[in-house]
Amino acid sequence: MYALITGPLLWLTFAVFFGGLAWRVYTYIKGLDWKLDRVAYATQREAGIRGALRSIAAWIVPFGSQGWRVKPIFTILFFCFHIGLVVVPIFLAGHAVIFKMRFGIGWPTIPMALADALTIIMIGAGVGILIRRVALPEVRIVTSLYDYLLLVITVAPFVTGFMAVHQIGADYEFWLLAHVLTGEIMLLAVPFTKLFHVVGFFLSRGQLGMDYGIKRGGLKGSPMAW
Amino acid sequence: MPEGKLCNRTPVNTQEDLETLLADKGGKQYYAEMLELDVDKAKLATSLKNTCKSRIRTWLEICAHCGLCADSCFLYLCNNRDPKQVPAYKIQSTLGEIVKRNGDVDNEFMRHAMEVSWSQCTCCNRCGQYCPYGIDMGVMFSYTRGLLYSQGFVPWELKIGSGMHRVFKAQMNVTDEDWTETCEWMAEEAQDEWPGLEIPIDKENADVMYTVNAREPKHYPEDISEAAVLFHVAGENWTVPSSGWEQTSLSLFAGDWEACKMQVEHVYSAIERLNPKCAVGTECGHAHRATVIEGPYWAGRTDGLPPKPYLHYTEWLAQALRTGKIKIDPAKKIKQLVTLQDSCNYIRNYGLKEITREILSYIVEPGYFVEMSPNKEHNYCCGGGGGFNGVGMFRPQRNRALMVKRDQILATGAKLVIAPCHNCWDAIRDLEEEFKIGIKWSFLKPLIIHMMIVPEHLKPQEEEE
Repeated sequence: MYALITGPLLWLTFAVFFGGLAWRVYTYIKGLDWKLDRVAYATQREAGIRGALRSIAAWIVPFGSQGWRVKPIFTILFFCFHIGLVVVPIFLAGHAVIFKMRFGIGWPTIPMALADALTIIMIGAGVGILIRRVALPEVRIVTSLYDYLLLVITVAPFVTGFMAVHQIGADYEFWLLAHVLTGEIMLLAVPFTKLFHVVGFFLSRGQLGMDYGIKRGGLKGSPMAW
Repeated sequence: MPEGKLCNRTPVNTQEDLETLLADKGGKQYYAEMLELDVDKAKLATSLKNTCKSRIRTWLEICAHCGLCADSCFLYLCNNRDPKQVPAYKIQSTLGEIVKRNGDVDNEFMRHAMEVSWSQCTCCNRCGQYCPYGIDMGVMFSYTRGLLYSQGFVPWELKIGSGMHRVFKAQMNVTDEDWTETCEWMAEEAQDEWPGLEIPIDKENADVMYTVNAREPKHYPEDISEAAVLFHVAGENWTVPSSGWEQTSLSLFAGDWEACKMQVEHVYSAIERLNPKCAVGTECGHAHRATVIEGPYWAGRTDGLPPKPYLHYTEWLAQALRTGKIKIDPAKKIKQLVTLQDSCNYIRNYGLKEITREILSYIVEPGYFVEMSPNKEHNYCCGGGGGFNGVGMFRPQRNRALMVKRDQILATGAKLVIAPCHNCWDAIRDLEEEFKIGIKWSFLKPLIIHMMIVPEHLKPQEEEE
C-alpha cells in the first residue's frame, strides 16, 4: 500500500496537478478576448503588465490593499492560513529528505519547530475561517457544502501530517498513510475545483490589473490605488 | 405568448415603434406582456457560447464565497445589510445560474434577473476593488444586462432609451436640427452679454470639438451656453459637430451593444470629418465611459483609444485654469464648506481623481474643501448610476440607494456639493428632494463663470447715448 501511494500514485498526482494547472493557465489566456473583455491586451502590453503586477502585488502582501486593510481579522486569518499552506509542505525537512533520497537534490528546509508552529497556526486559521462562514450572514448566504468540503480537503493533509510527525495516537502507520493519501487528494483536487486559484489568483487578479492599467486610468498615468 | 407587441426581443429601430412604446404610459402594457414573454433558450445558449469567455467563467467559478464584497457594495449597506444584497450572491444567483444551466431558464427567472441587474447593481465596479481575485461584478452585471436585453427583459425606459439612439442617434428624441437650432439660439442669447461669442458649428481643424449630453439641448440649454462662454473666455478655437454631438449612451445602461457601437461610431465619424486636435466632452460620467473608455472597443479600435485624444470636461478645465486661459478672481473663491462627488465612471474607471481636485484647488479657498469618506476611486456611487435614476419601476429602490450618499455628504458638514456628472447631479438633486438635508449642488461650469476674471476686451462696451 505504502509503495503504491508513494510510488505510481504520487507520480500520477503530480502529473495531474502540474498538467492540470498548465491547462488552466493555457485555457484562461486563450479565452481572453480583447474585444469582449474590452481590454487592449496586445496593443497596450506594457501598461497592461505594469497594471497586472501592481494589482497582484497589492493583494499578495498582507494589508497591501484597501480591501485587506478594512478587514484586519479576516486578513490575518487569510495570511496565516495561506502562509502555512504554502511554506510547510515545500520546506518541511521530512519532505526534503524524500526529495534528496529520490533525486539527490538538496532543498532548503525550515526548522521543525517553525513547521509545527505554522501548521498549528494554519489549522487554527482554518477553524477561524470555518466559524466565520457559519457566523456571518453575508458569508453564510454564499456558502455551500462544496465550500466546507474544500476546506476539509485542504486542511486534512496538515492535520494528518501533524499527527504522524508527533506520533499522536499509537498508529503512526495509519497517520502516515492518511497523510500521503489526503495530500494526494488535495493536489488532485486543485486543477478540478476552485482550488485552482493557486494559479487562478494570479490570472484573475492580473487581468483586472491589466484592465485598470490599460483602460481604466493606467494610460492616464493615474494608477489605481488598490 | 412567445413575444409581445411592445415587449419582445426586437430592438426599436423606427420612429413609429418608438412612439408606440412611448404611448404606453409607464410601460403598463409593456410589463404586462413581459409576464408572458418566452425565453429563447437556444439563442441564450448561443450567446453564452459566443460571448461568455474565460474571464467571466473564471470569475464565476473561482469566487471563494468569502463575502468580502459585501461591505464594498453601497446597496448592501443601505438595505440593512441584507445578505441578498451581497454582490457575490447577486451575481451567482443570476448570471451564475444562467451559465450553470446553459440558458435553460424560465420567464420568472429572467424577470428576477432583470430586477437584480437594474435595481441591485449600478455597475459602479467598486466590488471588484475589494475582491481578492478582482472579480468585478459590475462588469458581470453589465454583461448580464446584455443577455437580458437580447431576450427582451429590459426596463421599459431603457428599451426606449436605446431605441432613441437607434432612431435619433441621441437620447430624448433630440434631432440634429434641434441641436443646431439650440446652439444658434444659445449663441444669440449670450451675445448681449458676450459680444463676439460664437458657437461654431462644423468648423474643420479646430483645436477642440465639443460634445454633450442630449439632455442639455433638451432641458438645460444654458449648459451649452456656459460651455460656450468658457471656451470664449479661454480663447479656445473650438467647434461642435452638427451631427455626432451626442456623447451619451443609454444603450450602455440597457445592454444594447449594437446600439452602443452605432452611437459611438457616429461620434467618431464626426471627429474624422472635422479633424479637430482633440475632443472634449461635457460634465457627464457615463458619456465619457461610453465614448472614451468603452467606446473604442465597441468601435473595434485595437489600441483601445478614441481616434483623437478625448478629454473629459474636467481635464479641459483643469488645463485652462493651470495655464491661465481662465483666471479666477481670488475674492470670489468659494468660502463655504464644499465637498466633491467622485463619479465612478471617470474617477474609479478612468483615474481622473487628481484632476478634479486640482480644479478645486483653484476655486476653493484653502481649508473649505472637505473630502467625502471614502473618496477618489473608493467613493460610493451617487445612488443613481447605471440607469437607476431613469427606471420608474425601481424608483423606491433608487430612493433608498441615495441614503449612502446622503450620509456621506452629511458627514462632511458641507452645504455645497460639486458634482461634475449629470447622473450624480440628478441623484444629489433627488436626494435633497427626498431627504431635505439643506444642500445645494452644482456642475463646475456655472461656478467658474461666476468667479472668473473677464478680460476687459471681452466685456460688452458701454453704450454711449
